[in-house]
Amino acid sequence: MKMVEAIVKPFKLDEVKEALTKAGIQGMTVEEVKGFGRQKGHTELYRGAEYSVDFLPKVKIQILVPDELAAKVVDVITDSAKTGKIGDGKIFVTSVEEVIRIRTGEKGADAI
Amino acid sequence: MERIDSKVCLLGASAVLSMFLLGGFAYGQETKSPEEPAKVAAPVGAAPAAAPAPKLPAYFSGANEDPKKPLWPDATGAASGVWATPAGDAKGDVPDQLKGGDLYDRIVHNLYSINYVWVLIAGFLVMFMQAGFMLVETGLCRAKNAAHTSAMNFLVYPLGCFAFWVYGFGIGWGNWFNGPVPPGWYASLGPGLAALNEGLGIGAALDAAGKATGAFTYGLIGTKGFFLSSAVGDVSVMVLFFFMMVFMDTTATIPTGAMAERWAWKNFVLFGLWVALPYCLYANWVWGGGFLAQGGINWGLGHGAVDFAGSGVVHAMGGVIALAGAMVLGPRIGKYDSQGRARAIPCHNVPMIVLGTFILAFGWFGFNPGSTLSGTDLRIAYVVVNTMLAGIMGALGAYVALTFKGLKPDPTMLCNGMLAGLVAITAPCAFVDPWAAALIGSIGGIVVVYSVFFWEKRGIDDPVGAISVHGVNGIWGVLSVGIFANGAYGAGWNGVVRDSFIKEFGSDGVRGLLYGDFSQFVMQALNAGVVLVFGFVMAYVWFKVSDLITPIRVSKEVEIEGLDMAEVGVPGYTDMPEAEKQLGFGSPVQKSA
Repeated sequence: MKMVEAIVKPFKLDEVKEALTKAGIQGMTVEEVKGFGRQKGHTELYRGAEYSVDFLPKVKIQILVPDELAAKVVDVITDSAKTGKIGDGKIFVTSVEEVIRIRTGEKGADAI
Repeated sequence: MERIDSKVCLLGASAVLSMFLLGGFAYGQETKSPEEPAKVAAPVGAAPAAAPAPKLPAYFSGANEDPKKPLWPDATGAASGVWATPAGDAKGDVPDQLKGGDLYDRIVHNLYSINYVWVLIAGFLVMFMQAGFMLVETGLCRAKNAAHTSAMNFLVYPLGCFAFWVYGFGIGWGNWFNGPVPPGWYASLGPGLAALNEGLGIGAALDAAGKATGAFTYGLIGTKGFFLSSAVGDVSVMVLFFFMMVFMDTTATIPTGAMAERWAWKNFVLFGLWVALPYCLYANWVWGGGFLAQGGINWGLGHGAVDFAGSGVVHAMGGVIALAGAMVLGPRIGKYDSQGRARAIPCHNVPMIVLGTFILAFGWFGFNPGSTLSGTDLRIAYVVVNTMLAGIMGALGAYVALTFKGLKPDPTMLCNGMLAGLVAITAPCAFVDPWAAALIGSIGGIVVVYSVFFWEKRGIDDPVGAISVHGVNGIWGVLSVGIFANGAYGAGWNGVVRDSFIKEFGSDGVRGLLYGDFSQFVMQALNAGVVLVFGFVMAYVWFKVSDLITPIRVSKEVEIEGLDMAEVGVPGYTDMPEAEKQLGFGSPVQKSA
């Protein structure tokens, strides 16, 4: 099993969710996060003095998938979250050792 | 309370006052009540002093010839219509049987009723301005200090009101009825105000029989009405107390903004009990019939200090206390970099600031027009329009100034601009043409932008711009009366009726230098100087002294963590991540040297 974590622009969340649902993904976890990468922040003026917006708001999507689906999910997210401009985000894929469904106690791929 | 003679009164003379007494001469004119948001001026174009005024009934004159009888039929308000309604006074409901005098009584009762309802509703609006101040000041702070800042804005209302009831009203308005007034003046809130007739001053006025009248050549302080004692138990006094109280709380809540995010709670509480002292003393001098109101009759300077609704009394006083407080406190940690350059500390809630500004602008429609103290003074129409125009022009003026400086239309500055325009028009609102109101407001809006940057550059950290909005524009408002007042309103204001002006213009209304009375401008400048020096010295000394009683500033650790938990024990927001509270939407830029 793989954990796909995608950090995307907040206004792209809906599009990404639709595309993933269409691709057959049945669940996901979403949280609002802030951060910066190569894009960095930018500066603005407040009451005449400069301030910097260092941490830009993003949305982090977590999707747990069987190994064979991971590449497809990455493609779907890449397509749907892309604007082509700086700050589109990143996708991380990691291996997951174990998954347990709390209600039934099912484990492994059955619990996804 | 016994009347105190002038020797004792001399002891009460302040140093500030004495500077202005040079060249003054006693003017033993018999005087009556005050100046102030109170006065009902004589009608436009009226030429006073032509013939001796006819004798007025006691409920207009306030003169009680039979001390055993009450001044007027409804002093307690408990008569619930006995005086006003047919049948109530056992005269029957038959119109034919009512004499002219009966009808007159009832019309007068209705006149007072209209005035009461107007002033009370206006006062309710002014009280609601507390909510506006809370929103503006809290929104302009960081989220980590939201509970503390809003709590200060909340508790300053009970604290201020308590102090006003205990001692503020007594020293401010205790000798109100002995202030100088125009010929033909009547107390628009009823003759019960005649009870406000004891104070201290220099040069006790004597009547024909050589008895002290209670008036002074230079009134300094009132001494009646503490705790609203039964000696002033009259519905007239209750209305005046209420209206003046909500005004004072505006002053009280101005420094909480400039001193926010670092002011220790206990020190703030002491301030809340103290602020009535400087406020009510200065209010006595301008509104309570004191020596600044008497500047016209004593020194020949225009109509004396003219401040219709309190650009000076309320706003400049609040702003100058805020300045002293911000200076004693010092800037917030992180406001200046190691080179002393100002850094931005962004606010946390812009919609709160905008909502608060709207509430304040709404409340101002009570603040200014209510200051006629009369709903039957139709000048309220001009006052309302002038107030509106100055407010909107303030916002537009700030917009233009920001654009001129190459800045985006920062809504926090636009809001400051509208409030600046409103503060500036507060003193002149009844005396100027709409075009002048628009000009005064737009200058206020432009000035506030430059003023915010000015204080910031000089190391005065004012998170909400209170010093610029209320202090700087309060002074501008006081001065603008002396420039733009057009003479249409305020005939005989503060008891000044000059034959030369009546001859030239037909009446002696309040005139600025553009309309032929330069001396009015001199008086306004003098008045501005008094509020600046007196307010600043009082406040600076107070903050220094109170710092010895309980520290004025929180510890460094508390300031960095946020004042909410350490000072008031609850967070402003429970659903906001701590990192968000600390950072807000951005952080100050650390420039390299």
